[in-house]
Amino acid sequence: MTAPVLEITNLHKSFGKVEVLKGINLTMQSGDVVSLIGSSGSGKTTLLRCVNLLEDYEDGVVAVAGEQIGYTQRNGRRIRLKEKEIARQRAMTGMVFQHFNLFPHMSAIRNVMLGLIKTRKMRNDEAYATAEGWLDRVGMKDRKNHYPGQLSGGQQQRVAIARAIAMNPALMLFDEVTSALDPELISEVLAVVKDLAFDGMTMLLVTHEMQFAHDVSDTVVFMQDGRIGEEGPPDQLFHSPKSERLKAFLKSSKF
Amino acid sequence: MDYNFNFAAVWRDFDLLLSGLGLGLILAVVSIAIGCLIGLFLAFGMLSKKRPIRWAATVYVSAFRNTPILVLILFTFFALPELGIRLGKIESFIVTLAVYSGAYLTEVFRSGLVSLPSGLREAGLTIGLTESRTKILITIPVMFRRVLPALGNNFISLFKDTSLAAAIAVPELTFYARKINVETFRVIETWMVASLIYVLACSIIAAILRRIESRLSIPR
Repeated sequence: MTAPVLEITNLHKSFGKVEVLKGINLTMQSGDVVSLIGSSGSGKTTLLRCVNLLEDYEDGVVAVAGEQIGYTQRNGRRIRLKEKEIARQRAMTGMVFQHFNLFPHMSAIRNVMLGLIKTRKMRNDEAYATAEGWLDRVGMKDRKNHYPGQLSGGQQQRVAIARAIAMNPALMLFDEVTSALDPELISEVLAVVKDLAFDGMTMLLVTHEMQFAHDVSDTVVFMQDGRIGEEGPPDQLFHSPKSERLKAFLKSSKF
Repeated sequence: MDYNFNFAAVWRDFDLLLSGLGLGLILAVVSIAIGCLIGLFLAFGMLSKKRPIRWAATVYVSAFRNTPILVLILFTFFALPELGIRLGKIESFIVTLAVYSGAYLTEVFRSGLVSLPSGLREAGLTIGLTESRTKILITIPVMFRRVLPALGNNFISLFKDTSLAAAIAVPELTFYARKINVETFRVIETWMVASLIYVLACSIIAAILRRIESRLSIPR
């Protein structure tokens, strides 16, 4: 049996004295689409950021494709991996951010090519072809030479998605990717994400778009106070929520 | 006032002034190039998570930014040999200006770095770049473009500081102007010409910097 794409076991994380993740367990198989929902401060984004070690975690294990992220055990002690190892592990996942975070001094296609050349060690022409292919896929091929500052938010986000997925990651992480967008630009980005989901990409998403979470997910996870409050197939969670907290949350999210 | 201007005496030695200007420019470029490296390292030091590193960078900046450049020049040239560090005039001045400009440029780069959104670094990390490659490929190039106007300003100011090298007899523009002044007694003419050369040189530097700025500016 192959290892799960993502296996999180008893994950704990604190910011100073405030514990934001209080023992999370989550397993994803290849092709799974999991959405994290919950009110702000419930730990969704922190959980996502622990998966690629943008946040360190104190206890528990995050494993991608069977490999523990960020740490190793030696003589019963937990040791942080070397910078280079962590960089290699980070490239196993791709991440799309709320604020796009494109490299402003590079054209769209250069943004996508950078990781291909520096991390995946592709030749320039190979990287160009791959990047162009992905930009085409997200509908941005005709703007490949534009700089981020010349693109709308929705367009920037689509380039950012191409940049992450062109690296051929085992798992894609989406962190509230439509939260910073004007309402009329949200659908173009969601369409791209949906397209990737139906294509079999393994994805972990933090989202406030309940309808989208409902349509795209295999599993929806409701987080509350640093724990998983409730999880299950979208129909079950959205249409017959068990806990009062989830009911109240769904009501306030106008689902 | 009855004064007969006579520029002929100054013209005779105009080539000296120009060679002085040339040396001044070289001194500025070399010192500031070294100063940029110092500034870049210390700017990251200032933002380091490790307290001793932050502390060391802060001590450097406050020590050298708060000492008048002339005092530093004299200290390096006259006091260091007493401590066993013997440098030629020109080397001594380059060291001084590099160290001094390093302190100023630290602040320029630091402000540039804190102005960057944190997501930029994170985006670099998520595509599998190490911290140092993220700095080289993303953080520094973007920061550099942002601070270019401030950098240019500092460059001009530091170039003018090369006139203080005359204090230790480095043969730059001010040194020669003083020499011509003493030899010809054409006080007004000499210093007028010297001033004009500085103004002209600085204007040209400013124009070049503006070109670089627009060449490197990020399209939007």
